[in-house]
Amino acid sequence: MKRAIVFISILTAAALQAQHEYAAADVENGGRQYINNCVYCHGPEGDQIPGVDLLHGKFKRAVSDDDIVQIIRNGVPGTGMPAQNMNENQARTIVAYLRSAAAVPASTLTGGDPARGKALFEGKGACTMCHRASGAGSRTGPDLSDIGMQRRAAELEKSLFDPGAEVLPQYRFVQLTPKNGPAVTGRLLNQDTFTLQVIDSQERLRTFVISDLRGYSVLKDSRMPSYKDKLSRQELADIVSYLVSLKGVKP
Amino acid sequence: MKNCALLLMALAAANAQVTFDRIVNAAKEPQNWLTYSGGFASQRYSTLNQITPENVKNLELQWIFQSRSLERYEATPLVVDGVMYTVQNPDDVMAMDAVTGRIYWTYSYQNSPDARPCCGRLSRGVAILGETLFIGTIDAHVVALDAKSGKPLWNSKVGDPEKGYAITHAPLIVKDKVIVGMAGGEYGIRGYILALDTKTGKEAWRFYTIPGPGEPGHESWQGDSWQHGGASVWVTGSYDPESNLTFWGIGNPGPDWNGDNRAGDNLYACSVVALDADTGKLKWYYQFSPHDEFDYDATQVPVLADIQWQGRPRKVMMWANRNGLFYVLDRQSGQFLSGKPFVKVNWMNGFDERGRPMKVPTAASSKTGTLIYPGNQGGTNWYSPSYSPHTGLFYIPTWDNYSSLYVKQDQDFVEGRTFAGGGPRNTGPATKAGNQNFRAEDDIYGAVRAIDPKTGEKKWEFKMADVTEAGILTTATDVLFTGGHEGYFFALDARDGKLLWKAPLGGEVRSGPMTYMVNGRQYIGVDAGNSLFVWALRQ
Repeated sequence: MKRAIVFISILTAAALQAQHEYAAADVENGGRQYINNCVYCHGPEGDQIPGVDLLHGKFKRAVSDDDIVQIIRNGVPGTGMPAQNMNENQARTIVAYLRSAAAVPASTLTGGDPARGKALFEGKGACTMCHRASGAGSRTGPDLSDIGMQRRAAELEKSLFDPGAEVLPQYRFVQLTPKNGPAVTGRLLNQDTFTLQVIDSQERLRTFVISDLRGYSVLKDSRMPSYKDKLSRQELADIVSYLVSLKGVKP
Repeated sequence: MKNCALLLMALAAANAQVTFDRIVNAAKEPQNWLTYSGGFASQRYSTLNQITPENVKNLELQWIFQSRSLERYEATPLVVDGVMYTVQNPDDVMAMDAVTGRIYWTYSYQNSPDARPCCGRLSRGVAILGETLFIGTIDAHVVALDAKSGKPLWNSKVGDPEKGYAITHAPLIVKDKVIVGMAGGEYGIRGYILALDTKTGKEAWRFYTIPGPGEPGHESWQGDSWQHGGASVWVTGSYDPESNLTFWGIGNPGPDWNGDNRAGDNLYACSVVALDADTGKLKWYYQFSPHDEFDYDATQVPVLADIQWQGRPRKVMMWANRNGLFYVLDRQSGQFLSGKPFVKVNWMNGFDERGRPMKVPTAASSKTGTLIYPGNQGGTNWYSPSYSPHTGLFYIPTWDNYSSLYVKQDQDFVEGRTFAGGGPRNTGPATKAGNQNFRAEDDIYGAVRAIDPKTGEKKWEFKMADVTEAGILTTATDVLFTGGHEGYFFALDARDGKLLWKAPLGGEVRSGPMTYMVNGRQYIGVDAGNSLFVWALRQ
């Protein structure tokens, strides 16, 4: 049954035939634009506005990709949908993201409890060894305080099962060996021709001059273990529901 | 008596006017920087030799000028006998002491509210002749100023800003004329280059960069597309006193990314034109990118040199083009001598016997997007290259591994509105601002690339993590100065690309460095971020 639903949703997306080819970078840029501009009202699943389900081709007015672009740029007068200050190409990347996200099957982990998830996150799951959320945990890994605004349940499930499947470039770790001193592993914060900036495992912000290193390498894999067999399905569902509930704090 | 005569001579030199003859012979007075590119050959090469590969590490910051504009600072200052002339964006002009940076006068130009230049409300600098400075403004005026007082002498409107016409480059002086070209290719202008009388500001000649009815080349435009086909000028041209030709690089045809309604080669977009400097008549042209849909402006400074070519001396023009190819042309005849990719290129695969590029059939902008190397900002762009007669190498600020997805859209022409016909989408991080922690190993990168013009082969490269919009300066001591987006200004050994010195300036270097000498001390100047920085050796 679930498979059938997935199939239909893809069909719906396909029926709204994408008239444009989208590069991976379009999807990535569009995802960023979506989070910055759309997610507050539409939510990460795109279904927070009654009668609109962005990821399942359910729109009140739009039929084509071009329609969506127009609505993004011009807004819908008399509704809460404002005109976005974007050029056509920027708006189009959002469509690219929506098309791409629509193809991701929904999470299979349902029925989770956020409170139990929080306890697991900070306890048995040991997630705070690397991640930070609700003011607790390490800053060495990606901060998850607003992950519920950034990621859909299906994507969180995927990351828990197969953490290496997608590592955002800005969350990569770097291993470096200074000419004088012990090896260091840390998350890469910034780099240029001559230097690297990292946050190391003790959460120290450090800069290394590349010519003072024996060598360094940026790690492509995730350092996170798979939780597929570490926790029960219920526990995983609890953690996903906790993560989905993390909407961040507006400073 | 003798001392008195010497003193008089020194005073005369210090107060001497910048005659045209002095500009022709700019190389004989390397203490001064008399044109945007340091001389009519535009080599951005200096024979000053105080700063060397051995002592460049002793450079010390002398002064900073922080401009009051947040626009990109892309200007190259002039220096004449200890006085520096530069701009503050968009079109203020200043005279300052070249040793201390203290300001003698500031001229504030009020632009028309109609000014709407694409790609930066800025000026890249001024020109000088006699005791008069000249600036082209973003509302398409040319203003002449008294160099001693900053008082305006004349102000000529040479284009309609409300239609998108603008001037962003430093003018070029030839004899008694000041020459400028129009920016505005993204607004459907019909570009032109014009010469004004330096005394009166009256128009002496005009060359349309798109031929009108009855003129040769007019047939390269479909229908009435020539009327708003762009073909702008963005950077200063060069001049060859021997042939009396002035050379200018011409920008893209419009609409930029959709050539459907302008079938044909679209002359003289994406070309270099050689004009008689007295009459503005076209002597020859060479089109680098026929019927361009990838924004491959020939918006580069033509670099002139006399080099050995296949065993004999030849008067050439060297050109690293936005389209990713490095060219050598005969500058007297325009004959194509060689062309070779200096970055990854997939839009062409060779030249025919006349030097016309053979375009790959699929290399066209499309509704669904076409992946083309190099991407929209090009293998290089407006940033000045340098040619060192001492090393015989040509140095290019380069972007490599760079592509864009070119998407065309239908667009009707509306006067004064953007006329682009689609747009490029980046396929990688490209020019993304902020922290640089997302790059993959095979991503786009910036580099300084040294090319042997005789072969088009790469001699060396200095690779940067980020891209660059910095011009290049070389000196007779084989020191090369440049910078990049990361905000470093640095010196390389021009012979092998080895890093000699660097200074973190905290702002992108988007200008061409220059050098001058006052009281026996050599200085290096460059704009980065919103400021002008000047160095000299520690004393």
